[in-house]
Amino acid sequence: MSADRTLRRDPGNAMIAGVCAGIARRLGVDPIVPRVGFVVVAIGTSGIGALAYLALWAAMPAEARERPERRRRRRGSWRIATGVALLALSVLLVFRQLGVWWSDALVWPLVLAAFGVALLISLTRPAPEDAAEPASEEARRRRRSREAAGRLSLAGFGIALVLGAGLLFLWARGVLNAAGDVALAAVVVIVGVGLILAPLWWRFARSLAAERAQRIRSQERAELSAHLHDSVLQTLALVQRRADDPADVAQLARRQERELRAWLAGAPPLQPDERVADALRAAAIEVEETRGAPIEVVVVGDCPLDEPLEALVAAAREALTNAAKFAADGQIRLYAEVEDERVTAYVDDRGEGFDPERVPSDRRGLRESIIGRMERQGGHAEVRSQPGRGTEVELSVGRRR
Amino acid sequence: MTAPTVVIVDDHAIFRSGVQAELGDLVEVLGEAGTVEDAVRAIAERRPDVVLLDVHMPGGGGVEVIRQVFAARPDQRFLALSVSDAPEDVIAVVRAGARGYVTKTITGPELADAVRRVRDGDAVFSPRLAGFVLDAFADSLPADEVDPELDQLTAREREVLRYIARGYLYKEIALRLGISAKTVEAHVSSVLRKLQLSNRHELSRWAVARRLVD
Repeated sequence: MSADRTLRRDPGNAMIAGVCAGIARRLGVDPIVPRVGFVVVAIGTSGIGALAYLALWAAMPAEARERPERRRRRRGSWRIATGVALLALSVLLVFRQLGVWWSDALVWPLVLAAFGVALLISLTRPAPEDAAEPASEEARRRRRSREAAGRLSLAGFGIALVLGAGLLFLWARGVLNAAGDVALAAVVVIVGVGLILAPLWWRFARSLAAERAQRIRSQERAELSAHLHDSVLQTLALVQRRADDPADVAQLARRQERELRAWLAGAPPLQPDERVADALRAAAIEVEETRGAPIEVVVVGDCPLDEPLEALVAAAREALTNAAKFAADGQIRLYAEVEDERVTAYVDDRGEGFDPERVPSDRRGLRESIIGRMERQGGHAEVRSQPGRGTEVELSVGRRR
Repeated sequence: MTAPTVVIVDDHAIFRSGVQAELGDLVEVLGEAGTVEDAVRAIAERRPDVVLLDVHMPGGGGVEVIRQVFAARPDQRFLALSVSDAPEDVIAVVRAGARGYVTKTITGPELADAVRRVRDGDAVFSPRLAGFVLDAFADSLPADEVDPELDQLTAREREVLRYIARGYLYKEIALRLGISAKTVEAHVSSVLRKLQLSNRHELSRWAVARRLVD
């Protein structure tokens, strides 16, 4: 408890304005105690108690919101409206006690109207977020539409109350008496129409929610068809036009497959500048697209890219390019594994192969771009090949700690 | 050796006839099915050596077919065949009981070979599945949580998987490691067993975090 001894209202736990809750907290008792007290006093003094409540409402400052509320919940519109109506009734009773009195014809409609207005006002306030938000989107949607329907019917009830209060007043004042039968007929008609319209109204509220869900679905559909149009249909058109070039068609199909997979998997775009796995994948895609040879990539593990790893990726790209050049028809594979101590990558092809002993020393590709590059970073590169049996390039470099 | 018999389960008729054409005489196709229900019935009636099973199908997918068939015939052999590369799908169908996984881009002779090996009780790993498995078993667990029989791969198993991930055939791996092809197969079967039985929490969760889909 704070050292603050001031009496404060506690709107977080309020029935009406939090006066009783504030007193209860100050006294350390359950709020029900002062509440019952107020009601008893209000009845016993023919309404003076209610005036006292109003006075306290005005005089007590509201609780500062720094304290987390014990029960944060949606205060029922009904309770607030009832409270306001009771207050209005009490005030009127007080006036009667003081001798200022109009007539029942004014009092009851006023109370009714206060009730209805309070109901309407309470509806305009946003409902607090519920902590126990349902997990699934579907459940949330259902609940939102249920709440919307609930608010709509409450609003209808509030309006009916205010209108009814007006009619009641007119009728009681005798204005309607002259045409009493007409008024009665009108009321009957209104009630009848209300009874007829109520289910329609209900259905309307429901269909609003349903329509909203439908709109969301159709938006998703539009997005999907836009995507398919831009990608798959375009590719299919290209495939038809290039039907006489199998290599081209295969490449188009592969590119489209890759794109579609990434899109379906909801995968974030590659980050070839940051992660070694993505950098290797991007290198393979690049070689595949410029050379037209399919490359299968399998990467195990991942880690951030640093300078030695950039060298490894560059060397792998070079090895892939070589493989694509000399083993154009065969399958090329890139396998990389990130371990705690080091990163290793293999480029394998089933192409014609060559005799490493007989590679001219001026062939920069192998010596410089692959072996030299790795060794400068303290790494290692090995090229194994035999004529007719394909080539494998093994690259490895230690991880910086 | 007689050609192995298969039932092809896939919800795409075009794909089923494509597989059948590719397999030609290498494999005897006893039947086809496009739904979980049809598949369970066809497998019970035709009793094929191997079921070629699509991972994604309406009504629960390949996992559901395996579950229902196993209830009656726990020794039925399945080979998963899918365009899906999503590790969680692949791992799920293998853990349900498929003895291997190959992608739909596999050639006819390769597929026939895989079917034969599954019929003979071996496991068939595609390079991609080998990568998934290496990744799934990569993290070291606290010693008290590890059942070394199930939760860890031996150095040799790792080595074999690496070669598979690089696209090597079993006989090529055997040559490289100086062991027999049978031993390679034994290693792969052992990995399959671990994959199906291990309780490593990664096996169900890792894929989401790691984004291995390529």
